[in-house]
Amino acid sequence: MSGFAIVRDWLDERFGWAELTAPLRHKKVPMHRLSYWYFLGGITLFLFIIQVCTGILLLLYYRPSANEAWESVQYITTQVQFGWLVRSIHSWSANLMMLTAFAHMFSVLFLKSYRKPRELTWVTGALLLFLAMGFGFSGYLLPWNTLAFFATKVGTEVAGQVPFIGKWLLIFLRGGEDVTGATLGRFFGFHVAVLPGIATVLLGIHLLLVQKFGISVPPAVEKDFYLAPESTREMRFFPNFLLREMIAWYIALGVLGALAALSPWGLGAKADPFAPAPAGIKPEWYFLFMFQTLKLIPSKLWFIDGEVVGVLAFGAAGMLWMLLPFLERPQPQSQWARLLISGIGVFALAYIASMTVYGYMAK
Amino acid sequence: MQMFEATGVPGHQRAEGAPENRGRRRFVQVLLGGGLLASAASFIYPVLRYIIPPPATDMGGDTVVAARVGDLKPNTGKIFRFGSRPGLLILGADGEYHALSATCTHLSCTVQYRGDLHQIWCACHNGLYDLAGRNVSGPPPRPLQLFDVHVRGEEIVVARKREA
Amino acid sequence: MIAKHSGVPTTRAFRVVGCRRAPLLALFVAAVLLALPAVAAPPQSTCLDCHSAMDGKLKITAEQYAQDVHAQKGLSCASCHGGDPASMDAMEKSKGFKGHIERRQIPALCAGCHADGSYMRQYNPSLRTDQLAQYKTSVHGKRLAAGDTKVAVCIDCHGVHGIRPASDTRSQVHPLNVAQTCSRCHADREYMKGYPVKGDEFAAYSSSVHHEALTVRGDLSAPTCTTCHGNHGAAPPGVATVENVCSTCHAFQAQLFDTSPHKAAFASAGLPGCVTCHSNHRILQPDDSMVGAGPQAVCTNCHSAGDAGFIAAGNIQQQLAGLQTAIGKSETILTRAEHSGMEVGQAQMELADARDRLTKARVTLHSFNPAKIEEDVKAGRQIAQKTYQAGEQALRERDYRRLGLGVSLVTILVMLIGLTLYIGEIERK
Repeated sequence: MSGFAIVRDWLDERFGWAELTAPLRHKKVPMHRLSYWYFLGGITLFLFIIQVCTGILLLLYYRPSANEAWESVQYITTQVQFGWLVRSIHSWSANLMMLTAFAHMFSVLFLKSYRKPRELTWVTGALLLFLAMGFGFSGYLLPWNTLAFFATKVGTEVAGQVPFIGKWLLIFLRGGEDVTGATLGRFFGFHVAVLPGIATVLLGIHLLLVQKFGISVPPAVEKDFYLAPESTREMRFFPNFLLREMIAWYIALGVLGALAALSPWGLGAKADPFAPAPAGIKPEWYFLFMFQTLKLIPSKLWFIDGEVVGVLAFGAAGMLWMLLPFLERPQPQSQWARLLISGIGVFALAYIASMTVYGYMAK
Repeated sequence: MQMFEATGVPGHQRAEGAPENRGRRRFVQVLLGGGLLASAASFIYPVLRYIIPPPATDMGGDTVVAARVGDLKPNTGKIFRFGSRPGLLILGADGEYHALSATCTHLSCTVQYRGDLHQIWCACHNGLYDLAGRNVSGPPPRPLQLFDVHVRGEEIVVARKREA
Repeated sequence: MIAKHSGVPTTRAFRVVGCRRAPLLALFVAAVLLALPAVAAPPQSTCLDCHSAMDGKLKITAEQYAQDVHAQKGLSCASCHGGDPASMDAMEKSKGFKGHIERRQIPALCAGCHADGSYMRQYNPSLRTDQLAQYKTSVHGKRLAAGDTKVAVCIDCHGVHGIRPASDTRSQVHPLNVAQTCSRCHADREYMKGYPVKGDEFAAYSSSVHHEALTVRGDLSAPTCTTCHGNHGAAPPGVATVENVCSTCHAFQAQLFDTSPHKAAFASAGLPGCVTCHSNHRILQPDDSMVGAGPQAVCTNCHSAGDAGFIAAGNIQQQLAGLQTAIGKSETILTRAEHSGMEVGQAQMELADARDRLTKARVTLHSFNPAKIEEDVKAGRQIAQKTYQAGEQALRERDYRRLGLGVSLVTILVMLIGLTLYIGEIERK
């Protein structure tokens, strides 16, 4: 008997291993011309796992105090063996994960996988996306360099614009009135404890729901899909799809390694709270579309502050986004109704893409 | 193992036991096993090296141990490294320690302490600073940046004047 | 005090007495009492009452005069112009009124107080009181004594009715403003006709490194006109003594120059020391191209090809250029390493030492002794060499990383091929 079989039987005798893993073994993935989009969720998960692993490694040396944070990151990248690799992979993977998360979300939207019964999968997914942005925002401050310091200052300033609770929110985020070592400590706590905890729970629910409901077939290929013989139209998840998924994961690893070695993530200068802000402070690219929008809103709209309008608008947009599946009836009747969500999706994608590019080009 | 549930598979079918099949399968298994091992090694090796702490444990930072008690005689100075810049530690004639940036504010030469003048002197263009860093004579346009000094046991610790 | 200065004829009021006129008397007394403050004011305002309403040269407003340091110390128009501001005929010669002061008499007038030590001590004990004596030794003073009224007198530099202390940034004689004040005459070629002043000095100074230090870097100790020429005793420093002036700040260079063969050579040739190479007003940031035989070199102004000085100049120029190049090379490689993600802080700090040596070499240059200069240059080159090697080391480390990347990419490729083939295998059946 092979080693695997011995372990499997041992587990099965005690935990009913075969029964537990049965759904996984019988899981199927629909095969059609749009199947490639199914990889994105797995890649995002893989990159998240990379983040957790490299994050834990970084935790071994990182020190979350204003006096030592920058120096500890410099120590990691220069003194620790392969520290440069771990750190650069962590930074690059964060960006790549945001990209694949957005891609995964939009592919789900356009392939209409959010339809009944998968509404909550979408909701948990949207929340995971917001969490990911929170991870990005909190993590970005941790090296305590000039860019991060001022980006955080601007970002938390915007949070302070929320009506009624804005001031409290700002003080809560910053750990005080200004961005200081207290902010760093707080962001560190969010980044390594609070957000991972919430993310684990949400991710667990998200994956369970995916397991429960199976992979959805997009309406665009539904007709042809059901015309094809039942025998050939689905692929077993384990091991066939998983092996293909592993190809994607290995490619992602290769890309990350290449990025880390050829274009290592810089550190910049240590933050000096008393120095003036350098010109052209911009947040990370996944915040750029919001940042650019805020810059374009006039300072006063009727009697309301421009920034407040912007914050409220994005808040509303976020809520709308999270509740997208509920905008569509299960069996949409009219052509118009059918296209509503896709239309919103196209608009959102175009807006985000163009505002991001605009944000990059603007000074 | 089968990809599809049904038994009938369209297309060309090969006999399982044919020799070229076995050889081919072995080749793929070796490739896969070897690739798995090699790629895993190329990931594990850096991680193992990473978790072993490096010899230099001082991370630099806003504080540095500039010297030990007894290194300096009264009315002498010593250059020490502070981050990537030189610093000057002086033990005054009165027993007080002073620490300042050693980069002259004129043209960035490294200054030194002159015991005979009780002042800090820049050899490049004869600039002079007092022990509080003030530029008192010669071309330097600005004072030298001061650092905090305190003695911690046997060590003389110099820290930048910054907020926590 | 009020009674002394009011000038209200008190006797007449008391003659008009009687119940019928009481209200009128009360009105009159009230009017007088109301008018008292105006009349009881410090005496200078009576002059300004009329003069603030005049035009042209005679116009002086109270606001203007209030800025004057003399007014703030309690002196009045009469302190210089004489007369009795209290009386209605303040401008009577009989009351001592001097009127418009003639230019030739201004220095003596100012010195009347400013040269009196015991008087000035009451106001500012540390103010000098030798201004007139100094002025008499100046070109301005000597020419004035000879009858030339075009030259500067006290009021031309200090202003006349709005004089501020020199420490006030708005004062015409504040270090930041001195050159501008001098240029009012000295840059006016028409005005300077007939004098041995070319009129281009202000323009030359304005492009100099001293002017930049003063106005851009804000170094108030940087020289302006009066620093080298003197203020009250203003005169050009002599050809033989200008080096002394420069050496008050540039002590090292002067000391080294004194040990050089140029000292005696310049003296015997009547050349003006430092000015020979550096100019007097258009003193620009010196450049290594000033040394040697190149187009901008000053050595070839005197030295001809083949003579000892020419050869030495070439040698020095090569040394400086060599060190400069070595530092540049080192800097380039360290920057490259840094941009590749390598840590080179230590080496960059050491390279700063090499730059120090170059700075020192440029000072030692004034000994015009190649051997002496070589000491600094050699030390600098050693440091640059060491840091260059550190840069090479960093790049080697970078290449090692890229090799490691290559290896892992190869293993990943093997895995990808293996997976693809394996998938093919299991799906074949």
